[in-house]
Amino acid sequence: MSELDSFESETLANIEASNDEAALEAIRVGVLGKKGTLSARMKTLGKMTPDERSIMGPALNALKNKVNEAISTKREILQDLAIAERLASEKVDVTLPVRPSPADVGRIHPISQVMDEITAIFADMGFSIAEGPDIETDYYNFTALNFPEGHPAREMHDTFFFNPDENGERKVLRTHTSPVQIRTMETQKPPIRIAIPGKTYRQDSDPTHTPMFHQLEGLVVDKSANIANLKWVLEEFCKTFFEVPSLNMRFRPSFFPFTEPSLELDIQCDRSGNEVKFGEGNDWMEILGCGMVHPNVLRSGGLDPDVYQGFAWGIGIDRIAMLKYGMPDLRAFFDADVRWVNHYGFRPLDMPSLLGGLSS
Amino acid sequence: MKFTLSWLKDHLETDATLDEIVEKLTMIGLEVEEVDDRAMFQPFTIAKVVSAEQHPDADRLRVLKVDKGDGELIQVVCGAPNARAGLIGAFAGPGTYVPGLDVTLSVGNIRGVDSFGMMCSERELQMSDEHDGVIDLPEDAPVGTPFADYAGLNDPMIEIGITPNRPDALGVAGIARDLEAAGLGKVKTPSISNIEGKFPCPIEVKRDFAEGASLCPAFGLRLVKNITNGPSPKWMQQRLIAIGQRPISALVDITNYMTFDRGRPLHVFDADKVAGNLTVRRARAGDEVLALDEKTYKLGPDNCVIADENGVESIAGIMGGEKSGCDENTKNVLIESALWDPMNIARSGRDLGIITDARYRFERGVDPAFMMPGLELATKLVLDICGGEPSDVVLAGEVPTPDLVIDFPISEVRRLTGLEVDDAEIHDILTRLGFGVEGDGAVIKVLVPSWRPDVFGKADLVEEVMRIHGLNMIEPQPLPALDAIGKKILTTLQIRTRSVRRSLAARGMAEAVNWTFIPKAHAELFGGGKPELSLANPIAADMSDMRPSLLPGLLAACQRNADRGNGDVALFEVSDTYLSDDISGQMRIAGGVRRNTAKLDGSGRLWSGIAENVDVFDAKADALSVLSACGMDVKNVQIEAGGPDWYHPGRSGTIKLGPKNILGTFGEFHPKTLKAMGVSGVLCGFEICLNNVPEPRRKATRTKSPLVISDLQSVKRDFAFVVDKDMEAVKILRAANGADKKLIAQVSVFDLFEGPSLGENKKSVAIEVTLQPQEHTLTDSEIEVISAKVIANVEKTTGGVLRG
Repeated sequence: MSELDSFESETLANIEASNDEAALEAIRVGVLGKKGTLSARMKTLGKMTPDERSIMGPALNALKNKVNEAISTKREILQDLAIAERLASEKVDVTLPVRPSPADVGRIHPISQVMDEITAIFADMGFSIAEGPDIETDYYNFTALNFPEGHPAREMHDTFFFNPDENGERKVLRTHTSPVQIRTMETQKPPIRIAIPGKTYRQDSDPTHTPMFHQLEGLVVDKSANIANLKWVLEEFCKTFFEVPSLNMRFRPSFFPFTEPSLELDIQCDRSGNEVKFGEGNDWMEILGCGMVHPNVLRSGGLDPDVYQGFAWGIGIDRIAMLKYGMPDLRAFFDADVRWVNHYGFRPLDMPSLLGGLSS
Repeated sequence: MKFTLSWLKDHLETDATLDEIVEKLTMIGLEVEEVDDRAMFQPFTIAKVVSAEQHPDADRLRVLKVDKGDGELIQVVCGAPNARAGLIGAFAGPGTYVPGLDVTLSVGNIRGVDSFGMMCSERELQMSDEHDGVIDLPEDAPVGTPFADYAGLNDPMIEIGITPNRPDALGVAGIARDLEAAGLGKVKTPSISNIEGKFPCPIEVKRDFAEGASLCPAFGLRLVKNITNGPSPKWMQQRLIAIGQRPISALVDITNYMTFDRGRPLHVFDADKVAGNLTVRRARAGDEVLALDEKTYKLGPDNCVIADENGVESIAGIMGGEKSGCDENTKNVLIESALWDPMNIARSGRDLGIITDARYRFERGVDPAFMMPGLELATKLVLDICGGEPSDVVLAGEVPTPDLVIDFPISEVRRLTGLEVDDAEIHDILTRLGFGVEGDGAVIKVLVPSWRPDVFGKADLVEEVMRIHGLNMIEPQPLPALDAIGKKILTTLQIRTRSVRRSLAARGMAEAVNWTFIPKAHAELFGGGKPELSLANPIAADMSDMRPSLLPGLLAACQRNADRGNGDVALFEVSDTYLSDDISGQMRIAGGVRRNTAKLDGSGRLWSGIAENVDVFDAKADALSVLSACGMDVKNVQIEAGGPDWYHPGRSGTIKLGPKNILGTFGEFHPKTLKAMGVSGVLCGFEICLNNVPEPRRKATRTKSPLVISDLQSVKRDFAFVVDKDMEAVKILRAANGADKKLIAQVSVFDLFEGPSLGENKKSVAIEVTLQPQEHTLTDSEIEVISAKVIANVEKTTGGVLRG
């Protein structure tokens, strides 16, 4: 082995053995720096004969390239090692919990969600949403709706009253959303298609009755709306709202002062277990009352019952929310217990829409 | 309204099964609420006592060997005095539920002797009150067969819910009429013939309503003398028991039976306890009566009564009096069949708090035409059951004859229901229901029968045709679409209500729906408690006043949650408050409350950081987010220090749009308010009145203004000013902004510092000013000029100095 060969293998071995970038740099300076060992050899070329130079020149240049390459390869390895070492030292426990986003924490109350679901359905059928005051006059709550003074049907309403004013008139908390029927007819010409969600009040308290509850009223008035249309609207509503492919429904004659004829709608269901299941079973559950708007009510609204006709219905929003989503006790709706709202409530961005299938 | 199947069949000839009858009743509007098929009585078997030995250890007990038809002898210990060898009775084995005892039998051991069942008394089978001995059947009773079949206990009971418009269906006969009309059989209600009086009725009846309208259109009375008022016959007792009535005596049972059989309430007086003649009149102040429910009622002019020389004997149409009531010693009876003013009965009954089957019928309206036939039928039942001799009938007043005739265009049926029904069928249905029908053209004349006070007009007749023809015959028909694509259907307020809910929930708050009535004390704390907003009849003392604010409800809810271990809660509600009892006083409010560490970014302790307590700025951010969700640019609103007095005076603010329009308030709560409400913890809250947020300006197009962005780089410069401690940040920001409205794009506060080094009552506010060049990159000297202007403006406006 020539002397140059041993220089080469010694240098390359040093490079290979270096542990960090500083040591590697020291080797580079020691070999290739101004005063480096290889640089010194390069300087001897000038004093060589042309023959010697023609041999040693390429040999030294090749060696220089080889050393440069070895250093750069080694440097890359050392850099990778250093990064790996740093990253290893930066390791954290990714199983540590993070805070949820506020939108994951907040909840929409089931009543609001169900109102939005109902709105989506009736919007599709061309209904507008109407509202009215909770504190009503006796006229709008009863008289205009064909409840004669002293009629037993008034008694059935368990009304909340305010104290009489100086004229002896006492206002009431509306016992149903039906007063808005009159208020709408007074201000809007047919055709009328409105849905009226809102708070209603009766003196009642048990697991399925609360002194305040929510009702959805519907009203259609034009020159042709009849019970066949009423059946269609309510059947389509129920199927869509309860999100079941088929629903057995039964309309039966009933009585309400403000409709004539009057009907009630039952849904077939199974009540044998803990929850009510629709689309199966042999029980019937009453879910709403409806009928053709009574001629006297049309008159109260300033409409001629021989020209205009229409239908109306009223349904308990809390009740259909309970049926659809399975809450057992109505009173909990109004307790604002966060455990209940978190469990039965809805995520803020889950906006009901028909394109999304309401709740899915 | 309850009745049994066999009772119905007294009035209706039908082959229909129980199921068919039940289904039909519901579908014609007489909704069946319950059917009791009496399967409960099936386990009782007719059995014969083969031997009866004295119990070895009890004088009054016997040990029976009973054969229930299969020859096997069953040992039964029995205490009945009539238990003897050869007796045939009703046997119940272990496992049988005995309704009269409300006990399920098991194998017993009575004083050392095993007993495998029992022989039953009538009371134990709820057949009567008889309990002196066990049932003792004739020798030909078929041993081994079900006792229920033999004794008629297998008669199914049906209960229907009668809507207030159908008093005619409050008697079995009326129900049969409806079923016949619906094609389920033929009515066979026995006809009633008049019974001739044997002597004049010795008692006169006077109706005395001098001061006003008569509350008693007609009053019929008859004396039956020399009667025996024993128990009523078995069949009558059984039917009354089946519908939950207690048999009392023949006379009382007859009146009850008539009430349910014909919907005709009656009253019977013991004639020997009535003094002089009867007067029907309004009660006088001070009148009182001991009624049959053994309670004394104080009466007044609003109550109608029947009085004799001793005073009030009966509350008309509601309940009889104890003094002249019939008992087992009654020998002579006065039977009353009368008509009463329905409204007066309803009001009297309600005021007196008396609910009876008579009141129930009279206030809904009984058939006036049946008043006299009812009296005749009652007389017949009394004569048949109690014997005796009837007087002539006394009739005071005149029985009104309803004569309402409705002109009925037959096309109304199709117009209102969509049903196609033949003219002939319409005639037929109305006729079968008892309506008189005249004419056969497009408009017919329909006479309303006396038992249908609910039928006034055309729509009522449509209902009759529809319910009998069948509601299920109506095919649903789509409501014609108004537009190809639905139009906007929500008002701005409705849209905002919805967006605000979602927006607050997205800030980590849970939506509450609280009572709109709150305790008076809470209402007063939040500016409410007006007398016109106070309920006259609240359901509970703490639900008495309409809320003036959402905050008391939310604060109370926070406390309830805290009491349940959830102290870090953020609740909101978007609903109404009430400033007056007028429609304009009902406001749509968005309100929210955060408690303890329930901050936007999360609450409680986490390894990465512990959430701090909420403060006024959390409430402010919530409040502004509401305005933002309403589509407002919150840069346009003014924030003023201070708010209503339920807030901390130094940590609350008012949000205004212009000098007059208050959009809302926010802040930490006043400790006195919290204390008065019994609420603890760190709490902040806000309310925004959505009604006060202006409608967005309607623009002709939906095009947005063009976007202008500069390619030139923006420059940021920081300044810190030392100002008085109570100098409002908003003034510094406004002054800085005013230095060059064109170039200054944004100013923000990035640091706030207070310390002794600044001097007493001083603070340092550091702002960052962003300059956005429009035409050319700013030179250092241009920036210097603007900086100097910013400093000068702020120093001039605030009296502060640039911090060196």
